[in-house]
Formats: sequence, structure tokens, C-alpha cells
Amino acid sequence: MALLKKFRQLADARKSLAMMSEDPFRVTIERLLSPTEAVVNGRPVILAGTNNYLGLTFDPQCIEAAAHAVREQGTGTTGSRMANGNFIGHLALERELAEFYGRRWCDVFSTGYLANLGVISALAGPGDVILIDADCHASIYDGCRMSGAEVIRFRHNDTADLHKRLTRLGKRCPNALIIAEGLYSMLGDRAALVEIAALKREHGAYLLLDEAHSLGVLGERGRGRSEEAGVEDSVDFIVGTFSKSLGATGGFCVSDHPVMELVRYASRPYIFTASLCPSVVASTRAALLRLRTEPELRLKLWTNAQRLYDSLKDLGFRLGPEPSPIIAVRFGQAEDTIAFWNGLFRQDVYVNMILPPATPDGGSLLRCSVSAAHTPDQIDRICQSFASVKVALES
Amino acid sequence: MAHYETILPKLYEILQPHGQEGQTLSEETELVADLNLDSLKVMELLLELEERFDISIPLNIVSDVRTIGDFARQIEQLMEHK
Repeated sequence: MALLKKFRQLADARKSLAMMSEDPFRVTIERLLSPTEAVVNGRPVILAGTNNYLGLTFDPQCIEAAAHAVREQGTGTTGSRMANGNFIGHLALERELAEFYGRRWCDVFSTGYLANLGVISALAGPGDVILIDADCHASIYDGCRMSGAEVIRFRHNDTADLHKRLTRLGKRCPNALIIAEGLYSMLGDRAALVEIAALKREHGAYLLLDEAHSLGVLGERGRGRSEEAGVEDSVDFIVGTFSKSLGATGGFCVSDHPVMELVRYASRPYIFTASLCPSVVASTRAALLRLRTEPELRLKLWTNAQRLYDSLKDLGFRLGPEPSPIIAVRFGQAEDTIAFWNGLFRQDVYVNMILPPATPDGGSLLRCSVSAAHTPDQIDRICQSFASVKVALES
Repeated sequence: MAHYETILPKLYEILQPHGQEGQTLSEETELVADLNLDSLKVMELLLELEERFDISIPLNIVSDVRTIGDFARQIEQLMEHK
């Protein structure tokens, strides 16, 4: 009994949520109609919470590449690369990612979560210090914990606070790894990367940037926040994922440091996980090619993002600090957020509901993620739904 | 150099608003069980303590802190290594 007692609080919270509404955490997608529309509870619903930024999940070239790989190489690798060997596609994908970023080395991981876990836990260890932005993703926190290094948080995007903490470290700075995200996943704001990179250079620390939400979204070539900010040379390690702009699953890290090739041998999340299956590798390679050769996808994404951000702002919603494909609509009370989510869902609009402690400031929010595949009409219908639910709940 | 005895009153001052009315804080007061601090409040508390004592408090120590006395001892050690 004692072992399982800890679940009681969780069970109570889930029960009270279920009594108030449709359970937002158990939405079942019965059929996908497109990257931006699905059938849920028998009705077509606009998907505005998918992270499918470039809308490539139904791209014919990606699908064909994946289907061909399944036919030629089977459904899975059934083991890790260390034990079962590399498939030729793993090596090709690593080579293409390294080339895309202009870096010497790339390691591919089975998920984005595992990429952070595997890289951070291998790079830092007991005696080292990791300084993380307070709003970093759970995978970064978990990687830090796994590393055994000393972990210090700095206030979100507060470079004065980071400077103070680096100064306190003094001679330990060469053993310090700073971690930030290109685009923060909850509020959609950019890292203050020019300043962070300057501090990194001034104090002689290392810098790891998670570009999970900024790959394909920011930068002239879609390389992310470090490209946009013009500080790629100062970022030692770039981590990213295939599960957003590239429409699949998996993660990676690129770097010019030769140790990157050795990280594989020191990374338990790399060694002890089955490697990416051939279809995922193939569709990711095809999607990377689309990302590289079709900058118009990024333009379309930003047009849609700006349209939704401006419209919601005009409607009086409290939003994240800047327009981006992640648009956070912020609420004070969890009850209001749950009611609003249900109102949108009843109007066939699906967004992500985020409650504390997953939110940055203890508030609650509805998180919209925009896709290049959304039509202007879909963006307008999302806004109309927000407007009508607001009126209904305020009356 | 701040010592355990001088750190404690400052901790009481910072934590008093989290206590119930009339609750007397002591070294044995537990942060979670007695003050109902959840993970978010603990993170806010860390930031406040870092400002007050001009130190960086590693997240790693949080799991070792159960009482106000534990916190004071950890802060004393961090101050020694400043």
C-alpha cells in the first residue's frame, strides 16, 4: 500500500479535472485528415497544438521515403547501434545534419528527450557546474540530474543574473556548461543569445543550445536561434529534435568539438536504447531536404504566426512576450483555463492546455502552435473560436 | 562569515509569511509538511535566499533539505566556500 500511496494526490487531481470537463490529457485522435485537421469524437477538429511547424507530416516525399525504407529495411532496428550495428541511414542522417549546420560532428538519438539526457549527462559530471535558464525543458533538467554535476538555475533570459552567477564561479568557469533554448516552448520567446554568448566567451564557459522549437523556424537557412542571432561560432553544442519541424521523432547534437564522437561511448541514453527505425531516418532526411530547399515554408509559418498573434492580441488576450509560432494565451486560474480549453474543444479547435507546475510562472496557459500548413481560413476560425468562448465565459 | 546561528533568524524572517497565523518556526519546522511549500514555492524561495545571501544554491541540495535547520546548514556551507 505505502508504495502506491503517492499516486493518491494525482488520482484526485485527475478525477476533479474529469468532473469539470473533457479530459484534455486523454484526447484521442481517431483519424488524421491533414497536418492541421483530425477527427476527434467523430468530428473534424482544427489542430493548433501539434508543433508541426512546417506541416511536413503528410509531405508526399517524406511519406514515400519512409514507405520505401520500411519495404527495404523493415520496421525496426530491434536494438542499439552499439550492440546491433549502424544502419547506413543513421550515418547518412548524421552526415547531412553536420553539413547543414556546418559542424564536424553529429550524434543522432532516438528521441529529442534522449538527446538532451544523453548529451548533458555525458558532457558534465561530478565536479562540473551546469547553469540552466529557469524555463528550460524537463529533458534538460533530467539530463542535468543524471550528470551528477552541480546544477544552478539563472532567472529566465536574465543575463545580469547569469553574469553574477558566472562571476561567483570564478576559476570554476572552464568547468561550467551554460544551457539555454533557442525558442522557449511555453511562452514562445527567444533566448537572449547575443548576450549569453558574450558572457560565455568572457567567462570561458561552454554553451549548449537546445534548438528543438527553433530548427526550421528561425534563421535565414532555418538553422535556428544561433544562426538568427549571428553567434553560431560561440555555441559549442546544438541539440535538436526531429519531432517538430521535421515531422518525425528522434533527436541530435552537432558540434565542432571532437569529443562529440566520443559522447556516444559515454552516453547511457545512446548506448542502451534501440536506434531510430529506418522509416523515421528516411522521412527525417527527406524533411531536412525540404527544410533546406524551401524557405517559403518558413515564410508561410511566420505569416500564419503573426496573423494569429495579432488577432488574439486585438481580442484582448494576454499573450507571450513576442510573436512566434508558439503563442501562449495566459490565464490566472487553472479553472478558467480548463473552462476555456473546453469551450474551444466544443468549437472543434484543439490547443494544448498547460497547468502548473509545467508553466513558467505558476499561472496556466493555452498554448497554440502554428503550422505552415494552416490555411488563413483555419487561423481565422481559431481566432473566432477564441472570441466566442471569451464572450460566452464572460457573460 | 555567516554562521548557522546568524542564518537561522534570516530564514525565519523569509519563511514566516508561508506559515499559518500564530505558527512558531523552529529549526525542526519542515518545509513541505509544516509550511506546505510545493515545488514552485521552493524554487521561488531559493531565488530569494540567493539574493539575500549573495550565493548560488545548487538544485542538487534541495533533496537533502527537509527542515529549516537543514537549509541553514546548507547555506552555511555554501557561504564558507564563497
